[in-house]
Order: sequence, then C-alpha cells, then structure tokens
Amino acid sequence: MQTYKAPLRDMRFVLHEMLEADQLSKLPGYEDATADTIDAIMEEGAKFCEDKLLPLNRIGDEEGCTYENGVVRTPSGFKQAYDDFVGAGWQSISSDPKYGGQGLPALLNFVIEEMVCSTNLAFGVYPLLSRGAAALIETHASDTLKDTYLPHLTDGSWSGTMCLTESHCGTDLGLIRKKAVPGDNGAYRISGSKMFITGGEHDLADNIIHLVLAKLPDAPDGVRGISLFLVPKVNVKADGELGPRNGVSCGSIEKKMGIHGSATCVLNFDDAEGYLIGEAHKGLRCMFTMMNGARLGVGMQGLALGETAYQSATAYAKERRSGKSLARGADSGEKADPIIVHPDVRNMLLTARAYNEGTRALAYWTALKLDISTKHPDAEVRRDADELVQLMTPIIKAFLTDRGFEAANLAVQVHGGHGYIAEHGMEQLVRDARIAQLYEGTNGIQALDLVGRKLGMKTGRLLRHFFHPATAFVEAHQEDEALKDLVLPLAKALGKLQQATLVIAQKGLGDPEEAAAVATDYLKMFGLVAIGYMWLLMAEKAAKKANGNADGDARYYANKMKTARFYMYKLLPESASLFLRIMTGKTAMAQFDEDDF
Amino acid sequence: MKVLVGIKRTIDANVKVRVKADESGVETANVKMTLNPFCEIAVEEAVRMKEAGSAEEIVVVTAGPEEARQTLMTALAIGADRAVHVVADQEIQPLAVAKVLKAVIEQEEPGLVILGKQAIDDDSNQTGQMLAALLNWPQATFASKITLGEGEAEVTREIDGGLETLTVKLPAVMTTDLRLNEPRYASLPNIMKAKKKPVDVKTVEELGVDAAPRLKIVKVAAPDKREAGVMVESVAELVEKLQNEAKVL
Repeated sequence: MQTYKAPLRDMRFVLHEMLEADQLSKLPGYEDATADTIDAIMEEGAKFCEDKLLPLNRIGDEEGCTYENGVVRTPSGFKQAYDDFVGAGWQSISSDPKYGGQGLPALLNFVIEEMVCSTNLAFGVYPLLSRGAAALIETHASDTLKDTYLPHLTDGSWSGTMCLTESHCGTDLGLIRKKAVPGDNGAYRISGSKMFITGGEHDLADNIIHLVLAKLPDAPDGVRGISLFLVPKVNVKADGELGPRNGVSCGSIEKKMGIHGSATCVLNFDDAEGYLIGEAHKGLRCMFTMMNGARLGVGMQGLALGETAYQSATAYAKERRSGKSLARGADSGEKADPIIVHPDVRNMLLTARAYNEGTRALAYWTALKLDISTKHPDAEVRRDADELVQLMTPIIKAFLTDRGFEAANLAVQVHGGHGYIAEHGMEQLVRDARIAQLYEGTNGIQALDLVGRKLGMKTGRLLRHFFHPATAFVEAHQEDEALKDLVLPLAKALGKLQQATLVIAQKGLGDPEEAAAVATDYLKMFGLVAIGYMWLLMAEKAAKKANGNADGDARYYANKMKTARFYMYKLLPESASLFLRIMTGKTAMAQFDEDDF
Repeated sequence: MKVLVGIKRTIDANVKVRVKADESGVETANVKMTLNPFCEIAVEEAVRMKEAGSAEEIVVVTAGPEEARQTLMTALAIGADRAVHVVADQEIQPLAVAKVLKAVIEQEEPGLVILGKQAIDDDSNQTGQMLAALLNWPQATFASKITLGEGEAEVTREIDGGLETLTVKLPAVMTTDLRLNEPRYASLPNIMKAKKKPVDVKTVEELGVDAAPRLKIVKVAAPDKREAGVMVESVAELVEKLQNEAKVL
C-alpha cells in the first residue's frame, strides 16, 4: 500500500536548522515568510495532500484519462481535488500578489510541490505547468497579455501548457516546422501539430493557455529562428470574457507507462489565433525561463516519489515476517521476524532514505538560492545565487529523478513478489517515476547541459560557487571531533571531482565528444559529492543536538548522524568508480563503428 | 450574536503517545501538537454560523503555554475573527479551564459558547459541563446538529440509545461531537490573514482565577501489551479456555 505522511520533521530541520530559511523574511517582499507561517502552511499543505490527493493516486492510475471526440476527461475525483487545490490557494503560493498570488518564497512552493507529487504525481503536473506558463508570461510577455492571462493562471481557473515537441523532433528544437504568419491586429495565425503536450486538453479548468514554439515565414534556420506564441484554447474577448473556441483541438491522448491521470495530448493548431511573446525569432530563450523552473520542479518529483517509496517499503518491512534475524542474541522467540531485521532489506531502505534526505537538502538549498537570486537587494549576491542555481539545475533534474526511480525500484524489491502486484501500489511508483527521467530534457541532455554549457560558463565561475564553500567547509572541519569521520570521505571525493572537472575541461576543449562521452558519469559524480556536502551541513547542525537521551527529538538528531554515516560509507564511494570511468574517456565506446551495432 | 469558542492544544492524533519514564504523565516535549479535533469542529461550526449570517463575531479562547498561540492561529485560519490567549504555564485542569473561560465570558458576553466535548489527550469530558454550571447557563453536550432560532437553539445530541433533540435557551454552552460537521482545510490566504488578526494576551492571575490543580495524578502507565492469540482445536477447548483462563463464562 502506498503509505505517506509528509516528512514535516525533516522538512523543518532542513528549512529552519540547516538553511535558516527565516532569513528570507528579511528580503523585501518576503516579510511574511517567517518560521511560524512557513510551518503553518506546511502543516495545512500536508493535510491536504495526505487526505485529498493520496486517495486519488491509485484511482487515477487505474482509470487514466479518457478521450472522446476531442474532449479529454481526467479520472474520477481529479476535478473536485483540483477545485479544492486552487480554491485553497495552493496553486499560487509564490505567484505575484499583483495578479492574485500569495507572493511567498519559491522555496515554500518547492516544499509543497514535494508533498503534492509524493501523493499524486499525475495530478501534480497540471498545476506545475500552469505555474511555469505564468512565470514565463510574467517575465517576457507584454502588459496586455499579463493583465489578461495572469490573474486566471494564478487562481487556477485557467491552466497552462508548454508546446515544444513535434512528431519528428523533441530535444532538437531547431528542426520544428510549425508555422506562424502575421494576422490582424498584431495577432498571428498558428498552424501545425504538436505532441506530448502535458495537460494539452482536460476538464479541470475553463481555458487552457498554450505557449507554443513556431517559425515565422522570414525565420532563419535552426534554433535562432524560433518564436514563442501564446495561443488560448478559448479566445478571450476584449472585456476579458471567454469568447468562441480558438483553432486548437486535441487529436488524441497517449497511452503511457505511468502518470495515467495526466493527459498527454496531440494538439492540432489550425489557423489558431496567437500572440507573440518577446521578440520574433528569440522565443527559445523565453521558453527556457519556463523550462529551467520546470526542470527544478521535475527534480522534486523524483525526490517526492522516492519519499513515498521509502515510507511504503518501511511500513511493509516492519510488518512482513520472513526468516529469522541473523544478529547474535537476537532470537525473538517468534517463528519469523519482520524482514526489516535482514541486512539486505536495511541496505535498500537506508539507500532510499539517505538519498531522500540528502536530495531534499540539496533541492531546498537550491530553492533558497533561487529566492535570493530574485529578491536580494545586493546585485552581486543576486548574480552569484543565480549562477549557483544554473549550475545545480541539471544536477537536480537528473540526479534526483534517477535516485527517485531507484528508490521506487527498491521499494518493489523490499516487497518481494508483492511489489510486482498492482494492489500494493509499488509498481505504479516505478512507472510514474520513470517519466521524470525523460521529460523536460532527458537526463542525458541534462548531463550535456552541465558539461557542455555550465562548466565553461563565465570561465568556470559557476563551479566556484559550489567548490569554494564546499572546500572551505571541509577544511574548517577536518579536525572537528564530531564530524571527522564524515569529513574525510567527502574531502577525498571532492578532490577527485575537481580533478575530473579539470580533465573534462581540458579534453573537451580539443574534442567535445570526450566531454560528452563522460557527461552522464560526471553529473552523477557531481550529484554524489553535492549530496555529501549537504550531509555535512546537516550533520554539523545535528551533531550538536544528537547527544543526551535517545527519546523524542534527540533521537531524530542521532538518526541524522547515523544516516550521514551510512551515506558517506555506503553511497558516496560510488563516486570513486565514476572517477575511474571518467578518466578512461571515450575510447572504450568510440572504437565501435555504427555498423558494428 | 457573538460566539465564543474554547479550544485546546493537544498531542496530534497521529502521534504514538509515550508514557514518561517516571510515570508522571505522557511525553509532550518535542511531540507534534495540534488543535484538538473536537475543538476544530467547534470552530468550524461557529464559522458556518457566521457564514449563514447568524453570528457576527467569533472569538477563540485558549488557556495554555506560549506555544498554544500556534493553535489559536489554526483556529483563526479556519475563520475565527480574534483570539484571547490566557497564558498558563502550569498544569491546568478542566475546572481551572472552566473558571478561566467563565472569566473571559463575563468580559466578552457572547450569546453562545461552543467547546469540544472532550480533548483527545486526557478525554476528561468535563469542561463544558462545569462551565455551564459555573455560569448557571443551559448546556447541550455532544451536539451532532445545531439549529439556531430566536433566543434559543435546537440541538440534536448523540446519546447511548441514539439521538436526542432538545431546545435550549441562549446564551448556552454547547459541546461538539464528531459528526457535527467536517472541518474545512484552511486556505493559504486565510493562513496568512490569521497572523494579522488580533490576539489578546492575558494571564490567569489577571483574570483573578484560582487555577490550582484539584486532582492529583498518582501514576500514568501504558496499557499491558496484547498477547498473541492462540488457535484452538475445537469448540470444547474454546469453552474450556473461556471458563478457566479468561474466566468470562
């Protein structure tokens, strides 16, 4: 059974103790984000997700979305849950108050997003896309478009999509064929077809706002010729009321491996009215505003499913009896012990847990920097924070979704044969988690983004925002009695990562394929080290409070320390083998001709 | 009409409660605390009265430590208008709470007082009854339906044999049962607004209340662990065990 209670204690630890998120309330515009408000919001959000979204997760998976004559219906209960969700304001936590949002830090949005996706990923993607669309419009669109569309995207009465993929091209957007021609009153007429459009058609909202990439007649070839258009499903009249349907229709929905409750649509645009966002031919840059936010959001989905997987597997492992404990003197007198006594089961559970807690810290840490990058009064602080977010974005997207999938897989394994049976809900987690490694740029693309773009950017300055504080921390704590045994393994891994970085930079200059060949290994190694750094930051806080009796909160801190140790001893060492793989470069793989396959 | 709702901060219903090592009570340090579920129903009922136009103002009152302020925030986020926090760090038993509430009620003069029928920590189920007696007001406990009329209210109560409907004159004290309503989820804007609503802080001493405990807790112990069941071979063996081991026949 899928078991989930929002890990509020751990969330509070990361927010208040590790990150001191209270500092956000000192930034202009975030005055309301005090610790007590953050806590109150988290508690209410947890209640909503546990009570309303979790019960719909299995129903959504089994029923899926249905398509009939261009109309898409979401699974039973989704519409009600959506109305309750947007009605309670969960859609607009960090949206601009000018358009009806709550104006709270993006960090808080991340926290709630984690809970939403832990309890119902298929549901969670609808609001995620609307927020992304709203963010893009807010940053790049004209005031007229903002005033017309943002209030509705903020209150959730309308939803949003991003339309990039066409049947012949996904990642390589330079190949798109979709046409836009100038029409009347400054509007454009959009024609062509898009596929894999999440939330492209559904029954949750009154209107759907598509953000569409297309080419103008005079467009240059490739990615420099792409423009971005806002195309509503239902045209909006001058007075703001809904008018007649626009020329956008849903041709079909996909049958998918997972997230069955999320409608993945083929959209046909037939002379549809659209409005240019930003400058002509410069649409891709605008779209990246949405994609970068969405990539961080997708990373959270990995963590979210990892958490549900861990909690479900733990509950099962404590209940299911099989075999006796091998620990000396542990004879319980029972015929069989709960399987949690077995080392293999423990290893699996702790792997999921150490990654969950570590990646949560990394994601919230990055989200905090995201807030600092938009709200801090000092321009240099803003810039530095923004650069760190840019560096971490591909890592969060790829590393967290890989780990989330792994955790879901481990949860199946802990369940034994029962994990393979739909009734237990574990196989759904695996199927649902799988998509997060694919959409918003496959994890391979994330690795290329890290190696090909982020490493060399501003002569390596992005990297320094991570390496400098991590190295300083390691140096400052090498003699720290409480942390010594944790600092040492990370110090080594961090050194190796820096070495690998240099090698890739050097080799990559002469032969970009060398860098590309090790990009995925490098991203993973970076992720492992970054999570290790997070564990040190957490351990520093926990060590001070882990002493004393083994009850209540002292036990929480003691467990933090134990999990930190598990991470450093059992998980971080993988970085050593990745280092070796990186050092061997491309030869072992490049020696094959295409025909050899 | 002004409605006054008394609320209590209790251990969250999902927490596995542990008895303190010295058997003086249960562990509350670093344990998740929330608004007592029966009190939440009381707040919800008052908010519904306000939404229906039969109440003008809702005042929530609690007697408890500094941290109880968070619980008041929860009630304000559901929709209460303002709060009175009677700060009390000492143990405060039902009779003391009733006296504190009486003192606040004499200042506030509400037309109706709603409380939860009991708190899920000590399950005393006494405060409402004691308060009504101290005020010399009518009481309607265990309410599962409240219909307000002119100067009176019709209340359906859950009793052992089924439901009882009675009429009380207002002002009165009512206590809520689980089926009275299903409390709403606080919305994000209301959580934010709660912080800006007025909270009047008083002390037990200021109210002139003698809150000294009248009951002494001798010992708190966890119930015995349930033993594993036994499969019996026959009905005869079952009867034998029920007679001789369980001694219930």
